[in-house]
Amino acid sequence: MSLLAVSRITKRFGGLVAVNDASLVVEQGSITGLIGPNGAGKTTLFAVISGFEAPSEGQIRFDGRDITALPTHVRAKEGIARTFQIVQPFAGLSVAENIAVGAHLRHARRDDALALARDVARRVGLGAELDKSAASLTVAGRKRLELARALATGPKLLLLDEVLAGLNPSEIRDIVPVIRAIRDEGVTILMIEHVMQAVMNLCERVYVLAQGRIIAEGEPRQVCEDQAVIEAYLGKGAAARLSARAGGAHG
Amino acid sequence: MTGRALMPILVAALLIGAIPLFVSANTVLNFLVFTLIIALAAQGWNILGGYGGQFSFGHAAFFGTGAYAAAILQSRFGINAWAAFAIGIAAGAAIGWIIGYLSFRSGLRGSYFALVTLAFAEVFRILANASAITGGAAGLLVKLDVRPENFQFASRAVFVWIALALVVAVLVLTAWIERSRFGAQLVAVRENEGAAKALGVDTLKVKLTAIALSAGVTAAAGALYVQYFLYIDANIAYGTWISVEALLAPIIGGAGTVLGPLVGAVTLHGLGEITKTLAGRVPGIDLVAFGALLIVAVAFAPDGIIGLARRLRARIGGGGGA
Amino acid sequence: MLYSPAIVAEAVVNGLMTGAVYALVALGLTLVYGVLHIINFAHGALLTAAMFAVWVLHSAFGLDPYLAILPLAPLFFGLGYAVQRFVIGPASHGDDGNILLVTLGLSILIENALLAGFRSDTRTIATDYGFQVVEAGPLLLSMPRLIGFAAAVAVTVLLWLTLSRTDTGRAIRAVAKEKLGASLVGINVGHVYAVTFGLGCACLAVAACLLMPTFYVNPRVGNAFVLVAFTIVVLGGMGSIPGALIGGLFIGVVESLCGLYLGDSLGQIGIFLIFILVLLVRPTGLFGAKA
Repeated sequence: MSLLAVSRITKRFGGLVAVNDASLVVEQGSITGLIGPNGAGKTTLFAVISGFEAPSEGQIRFDGRDITALPTHVRAKEGIARTFQIVQPFAGLSVAENIAVGAHLRHARRDDALALARDVARRVGLGAELDKSAASLTVAGRKRLELARALATGPKLLLLDEVLAGLNPSEIRDIVPVIRAIRDEGVTILMIEHVMQAVMNLCERVYVLAQGRIIAEGEPRQVCEDQAVIEAYLGKGAAARLSARAGGAHG
Repeated sequence: MTGRALMPILVAALLIGAIPLFVSANTVLNFLVFTLIIALAAQGWNILGGYGGQFSFGHAAFFGTGAYAAAILQSRFGINAWAAFAIGIAAGAAIGWIIGYLSFRSGLRGSYFALVTLAFAEVFRILANASAITGGAAGLLVKLDVRPENFQFASRAVFVWIALALVVAVLVLTAWIERSRFGAQLVAVRENEGAAKALGVDTLKVKLTAIALSAGVTAAAGALYVQYFLYIDANIAYGTWISVEALLAPIIGGAGTVLGPLVGAVTLHGLGEITKTLAGRVPGIDLVAFGALLIVAVAFAPDGIIGLARRLRARIGGGGGA
Repeated sequence: MLYSPAIVAEAVVNGLMTGAVYALVALGLTLVYGVLHIINFAHGALLTAAMFAVWVLHSAFGLDPYLAILPLAPLFFGLGYAVQRFVIGPASHGDDGNILLVTLGLSILIENALLAGFRSDTRTIATDYGFQVVEAGPLLLSMPRLIGFAAAVAVTVLLWLTLSRTDTGRAIRAVAKEKLGASLVGINVGHVYAVTFGLGCACLAVAACLLMPTFYVNPRVGNAFVLVAFTIVVLGGMGSIPGALIGGLFIGVVESLCGLYLGDSLGQIGIFLIFILVLLVRPTGLFGAKA
């Protein structure tokens, strides 16, 4: 059963079409990837799904309900949580307090929210930094904090906007199992990612967005060999050149 | 709420509350009542500005509404002073909610919010200065009739205690806010509104609750002013002076802290008295000091006196470790 | 209430003349906003200071208010430069909320220093030409206000030319558009900020000189202008120089007509209601397009 169904979403800013007639489906319990070159409209599509931007056209269904008109905070209550590509910590607060804001969505009492915050922090590997100021965290720490805050809202669907960007290979190696563990606990994930190795590793299904349009979808390996995808990343004729070179090497 | 949170409040209350037992000089008691009224107005500002990060430059709109509501209901409609006081608070909160609804719905923040609140206060001032019900430019007197049921007392000490009781009530309210879901969400809005939304915070509702509470508290200060001085006019009620006082005290004392506004108000007015004594009653000299202090505080003590004290304590306490 | 067309016409013309000086005050504010993206709450107090300076030069040295432009415009340019470079810039650590508070602090400081120095008395300057009038068809126009109008328009054009034609102007516009890019091509952003602030203050000094022959000064006089100036800036579009001129003239007329129909005490309310409405409905201003 699909948890999220984005159908024929278009988003225009003035004359610019950021997302053009894009549709995608995220199956319950899956990790789905959304990839594409810079400026393809991925983050805009996330903003539309999470309610930060209203779509110009199209519909979003979540858990069987039409949520297109719902404001962001209500979508969070329904079970959609997101992280931001450019991390947005509450800089003046401690790590625990940051996560507690998310936890408060389903817990009115401060003690309960803080207890959940501690629990979530441990799950994403921030257990040792609970009392630190959010502003003092490293880049990797801030990425984990984004993840922890979103997770603390108790989501059904987690939208991850480039949580791996800016991390070094060993940090990526550390966080990939964390993401998989989150899914294994029953949270469905839709992730924007540039680190292809992680996409291959994590995602069951991938959508490719280029110039606002979905140009390919399928299993990661299959999508990566798609001509249209290669050309979207590397320019027109790139696929032909690549296969020619590959052919030359073999022969 | 834990005892540790309430302890400083209790200490502050006892310290100030004991003064009238030992001092009976009118100037001292006047100073105390006035400073507590300012502290109360500032505590109101602190809820919205300190915790919520929405800097209002027009809290006079709420102070004045509380003051005029209390005065008009008593002198024009013969309503009991205590009831008028309560209605004054409610009226201030309502005005706060309305101004908040208009501004926050339009997405005003930062300087724009500061400007629009300033303009609202100014509109109220011009209206109050020109309409008949407020007594126009001549102002409005509340009839002198010293009886407790009229909220009038022969002893200034009683006023000190009443003002102090209100200040303490708001201290407790603020301490509760700090430990509540509402408080966590309000601070989240201050730190990053977009992130707060994504975490399910209904930011409009949180800001509206904050401005209504904030305005209600500042309105209480206005209503108390009327009960004490038994007079109000447009320049007192809706003048820029009270907007500035309400903002200065928390910034100097420590915005977004429970005790900040009280500490700030006492410091500012204590300093004001000292300056006036030293400079020999030159008009405006105390305010020159306030202005300079505001700049210095922003430059060197972003979390006010409370922040400085915390840093100092951390340095002394953490001396062995670090 | 109906007035004869002549009275309404006179109110409109008077409004235009007041509006031109308002525009000049607003010009400084909008210039600073357009480049530094800060709202300078000390603007009114700085205007008051300039007006007192005109008064002092006149009463101590007999200097004509119009001639006072010559020393005061450069003086206030320097003052503004120093205030931005050495007070507002360093004290606010680049945070918008802090800038608001610092300029508010400055405004309190300046206004009350003037109160301490000059007391709260209202002062005026008596000149030979203070009450001269010019006949223009059926209308009688006050000579000094006509001069004020012409000079204010001239300064606006001059400022606009400075910004569009000179190197300094180009640097200012570059910083306004793209601070980081400007600093990368070697423009000293801190210096440009201070120059802009200085220009804003010089506009105030000129406005003060133009105002004093027909207006009065006391330590609180700037407050009356500052909210009007904010209204004009918001109306004309934050940062827009032609917007400030058009907005200023418009507000001058609105105030004059409101005064005619509502009386003096309520006259200003029209301005504030416009201000609030514009902020709530269209904070980018009626004439400004950019956010």
